[in-house]
Amino acid sequence: MQWESWSAFWNMGGAGFFVWGSYGLTFALVALELVLVFQRRKDTVNRLLRWRKAVGRNGSGVGAGKESPGESRAIP
Amino acid sequence: MSRPDRGPSILRFAAPQNFYPLAGRLAPWFAGAAALLTLAGLWLSFFVAPTDATQGEVYRVIFIHVPAAWMSMFVYLVMAFWSAVGLVMNTRLSFLMSQALAPTGAMFCVVALWTGALWGKPTWGTYWVWDARLTSQALLLFLYLGFIALTRAIEDPRRADRAGAIIALVGAVNVPVIYFSVKWWNTLHQGASVSLTKAPSMATTMLAGMLVMAVAAWAYTLAVVLWRVRPMILERERHTEWVGAELMREALRQGGRA
Amino acid sequence: MLSAFFAVLRRDLLLAWRGRADVLVTLAFFVIVVCLFPFGVGAEANLLRTIAPGVLWVAALLASLLSLHRLFAQDHADGTLEQLLLSSEPAVLWVTAKVLAFWLTTGLPVVVVAPVLGMLLDLEQGAYPVLVISLVLGTPILALLGAVGAALTLGLRGGGMLLALLVLPLFVPVLIFGAGAVEAELSGTGATAHLLLLGGGLAGALALAPWACMAALRVSTE
Repeated sequence: MQWESWSAFWNMGGAGFFVWGSYGLTFALVALELVLVFQRRKDTVNRLLRWRKAVGRNGSGVGAGKESPGESRAIP
Repeated sequence: MSRPDRGPSILRFAAPQNFYPLAGRLAPWFAGAAALLTLAGLWLSFFVAPTDATQGEVYRVIFIHVPAAWMSMFVYLVMAFWSAVGLVMNTRLSFLMSQALAPTGAMFCVVALWTGALWGKPTWGTYWVWDARLTSQALLLFLYLGFIALTRAIEDPRRADRAGAIIALVGAVNVPVIYFSVKWWNTLHQGASVSLTKAPSMATTMLAGMLVMAVAAWAYTLAVVLWRVRPMILERERHTEWVGAELMREALRQGGRA
Repeated sequence: MLSAFFAVLRRDLLLAWRGRADVLVTLAFFVIVVCLFPFGVGAEANLLRTIAPGVLWVAALLASLLSLHRLFAQDHADGTLEQLLLSSEPAVLWVTAKVLAFWLTTGLPVVVVAPVLGMLLDLEQGAYPVLVISLVLGTPILALLGAVGAALTLGLRGGGMLLALLVLPLFVPVLIFGAGAVEAELSGTGATAHLLLLGGGLAGALALAPWACMAALRVSTE
């Protein structure tokens, strides 16, 4: 084992800010990306469901005058 | 990297309605693998790998810095690959893959830059050095941002796909040129005070930690890209029968939960 | 086949001559950007002499960026572009002609004025030939790479900023070798290697960029 105590582990030989700052931001970004991806999925499904209701369920999207389900090309 | 739509059944899974459920089935496995490998990698990085003789503990940043830098470059190559496939074979799915890859590649770029800065401060005494690697990493981030901005600015999906593919390929041709020009520039301008070429000799356990983290980054990328491409497929294929059926299933699932 | 090349070249030059105010605006922009630097960093001759190659090159790069969005915009608006794409003439030829005309009207004036601005920044005498040669070799690369970006962002809202984001990272190697050539000449190591690399870059851009530009125009107009 490398560390004598938990405080030594968090201190990282005086470089705690740099080490934990790196790991902290990395995992924060990963978490943020996952949240955005799932948010995007939920939004898309709901928007497409509303859109299908609006254009009727024939699946062709013709006839209701609303060809596009609105804002559609966002990439999270 | 084994991609789900290569191999013998390539044509079958090039069709969106076959790829969509496959992506949904595979993504959780890659995510699980990424989580386990990350835990193993963190354990190796913090509890097995010894303290570095010259840099002390701060070197432990490299366990994410190096995999993130590798990933950011590799993802751009894969993006260019899918763009080329899309332009040559005219497969819509390839364009979607390259657009789904871009945000993750940009994220790894940011991580590599940020961790590089935090590693540089205690090691070189400054957050930023105009080092060849750091500078080309920053330029790679701009290439990602340009690709994302372009594909988002174009409303017609067909044009967005193709325009994005062209700029991804132009960027890929330029990445080596940029890297070598920056390196050339760097050797002329860099003072002798900072020597970056001297790699610290690495213990086997250090290398192992880095490799495990790199594999974890691959698995994570696969999972998140497959998850991101799924709603994109629904959006593009919204006029088809199978998306209608898929949406009905989603509605039932949501209704059941509420 | 070459007649199409020269026809497009002559037409674009003629159009540029009729709208020569635009050309002057590009040139004025180049001059003003260079003149801003003494106000920003101070008028000390030693400092200005040191940063002169970089300042001149960055200003030339920004000036060529400024006018890029005009490269295809007019032809796109009045339908000429689609006619050209539908015509039986090889698109690579007239795309190259358009880029050449663009360079002659925006790049060449910058090359001509650059030595005068070099005097304002107290650039050393010996560096002028290298400055001019590096600009002659480098600014066409900027025009060729920029043409791809201009073709991709054709008719988009906020296309100007997007164009800058797309092409500026690609301009970096040209800036490095262009400004580097002048600095190498000043430091006595000789600029031959830099100029050869710039020449190689120009040959590469000339061989590849028109094709990419043609593909981008097809994508943007269909």
